[in-house]
Amino acid sequence: MSISTTDPTGISIEKRMRRHAQFDRLLRLVIPVLTLLSAVAMWEFLVWYHEVPHYLIPAPSRIAATLITDWWSLMGSMWFTVKLTLMSLALAIIGGVALGTVFAMSRVVEISLFPFAVILQVTPVVAIAPLILIYVPNTFYALLICAWIMAFFPILSSTAIGLRSADHNLRDMFTMYRASPWQRLRYLLIPSALPYFMAALKIAGGLALIGAVVAEFVAGTAGQNTGLASRILESSFRSEIPRMFAALFLVSVLGIIIFLITSWLSKAVLGHWHESEIKRER
Amino acid sequence: MKSTNFLCRGSTRNLHGDDMNTENNSGVEAPIQIEMSGVDKVFGNGTIAVRGLNLTVQQGEFVSFLGPSGCGKSTALKMISGLLSHSAGEITVNGHPPGQSQDIGYVFQEATLMPWATVFDNVYLPLRLKGVSRPDAQVDVEAALASVGLSKFNDSYPRELSGGMKMRVSIARAMVTKPKLLLMDEPFAALDEMTRSRLNNDVMALWKKRDLTVIFVTHSVFESVYLSSRVVVMAARPGRVVNEIAQHDNYPRTEQYRTTAAYAENCRVVSQALEETMDHVDINH
Repeated sequence: MSISTTDPTGISIEKRMRRHAQFDRLLRLVIPVLTLLSAVAMWEFLVWYHEVPHYLIPAPSRIAATLITDWWSLMGSMWFTVKLTLMSLALAIIGGVALGTVFAMSRVVEISLFPFAVILQVTPVVAIAPLILIYVPNTFYALLICAWIMAFFPILSSTAIGLRSADHNLRDMFTMYRASPWQRLRYLLIPSALPYFMAALKIAGGLALIGAVVAEFVAGTAGQNTGLASRILESSFRSEIPRMFAALFLVSVLGIIIFLITSWLSKAVLGHWHESEIKRER
Repeated sequence: MKSTNFLCRGSTRNLHGDDMNTENNSGVEAPIQIEMSGVDKVFGNGTIAVRGLNLTVQQGEFVSFLGPSGCGKSTALKMISGLLSHSAGEITVNGHPPGQSQDIGYVFQEATLMPWATVFDNVYLPLRLKGVSRPDAQVDVEAALASVGLSKFNDSYPRELSGGMKMRVSIARAMVTKPKLLLMDEPFAALDEMTRSRLNNDVMALWKKRDLTVIFVTHSVFESVYLSSRVVVMAARPGRVVNEIAQHDNYPRTEQYRTTAAYAENCRVVSQALEETMDHVDINH
């Protein structure tokens, strides 16, 4: 007796499953986009209906128009914020991974230095920023340090925990086969730490952006070579509310792009083996 | 009595007074591969895991460590492999202190595979750690996978395999360096009866084919009798050898052997010896 893979409608079960999966993927994209568009449309309608003045709440269409008229000025500021965010994130990754590895290898170093890392993490960056701005003469470097402080700790702590989370039996096996410290790090500890690192990277990406924006607010910098936070501050002083919203929109877009990139990276690195990224059949 | 000898080592009681058979399954006096004498293991918290352990294993033997939980079976195995140090006594493996012999394969209770690596890369690992390049290792890795019936799964990831298949990969990994001594720590405890039975036969076939010495830790009387040339019965608190029961029934042992009267009788004898370990519990530990 053979088992039929065709249902009563004549379509093969495999084909139906494939169609179902495609529909599911489409739905996941369409539903949030439609919800967002509905919210924007509602916002536009309410502003128009109640005749709300643009210096209180501008309509989305007005924000879009400001984005177009101030495009090059806002893009220059966005590039500054992108540069600051990515550089602080890169430094956080380098410093966090390096120190996290040292922490994982040496308990003494961890016990000695961990309190400093915790102090850096728990002290609000807005409270430290004025001091950094005094001690560091170059504003860009001062902002970079502030953003770095925000992004550094999650990377450090997750790397240290991840490197220690390797399966104890696998550790024993590496000991039995007399693996060198480098082999142990390369073939066991780094892959074991990857899920922790990728989770930290998602958090640190957002924090680096927050750090960059907050630091600039505290610095209160002005002029050409400044970021989106300065545009927001500047617009608030001049009561240019649509411009404020436009700059705010760009900060959100930047945050979303960072989140999407780190999520994609996590999927690319862990998708073929780690539980957090594997899609299960239902 | 059927073809089963009793010898009590590490204690003063000899249940039946027979001499231990010192020949391996080929009937020839074999060199000693593992010697443990007066071995103690005391953990940092004061727990005496093993006390006064005396054991000799000859080349080509299939020895099972059988006993209740906490009797030090796995501890003894780890001390032989060099993964755990011993607190007192002496252990030699192939004439060397434990941990110095590279001729050992170890199979853990769980498959213990690297989930990020393919089946091929998991099996290749011991050779990679020895500095063997991938092209040079190709033949050995494929042969090891073929010996456990997983030739077509080179590129699969562990998550795509069943429990039994994962354990086969684990065995292939232990065998890829062509060790002379295979240590297995309750490898099939988590598997269903059918898979367990098949893997029992596979391990036995590998043992014969590769002329291995196997030390097999198990909770199962049936498994130990089916596989072993000698069952070492251990008691808990503190862990020690209280009985060694030679299994003289001929190899190869097939599934039919499980239905024979001899097998049933051997299981009964080993079960009784296991029950008697309760009499050996020292409540002061």
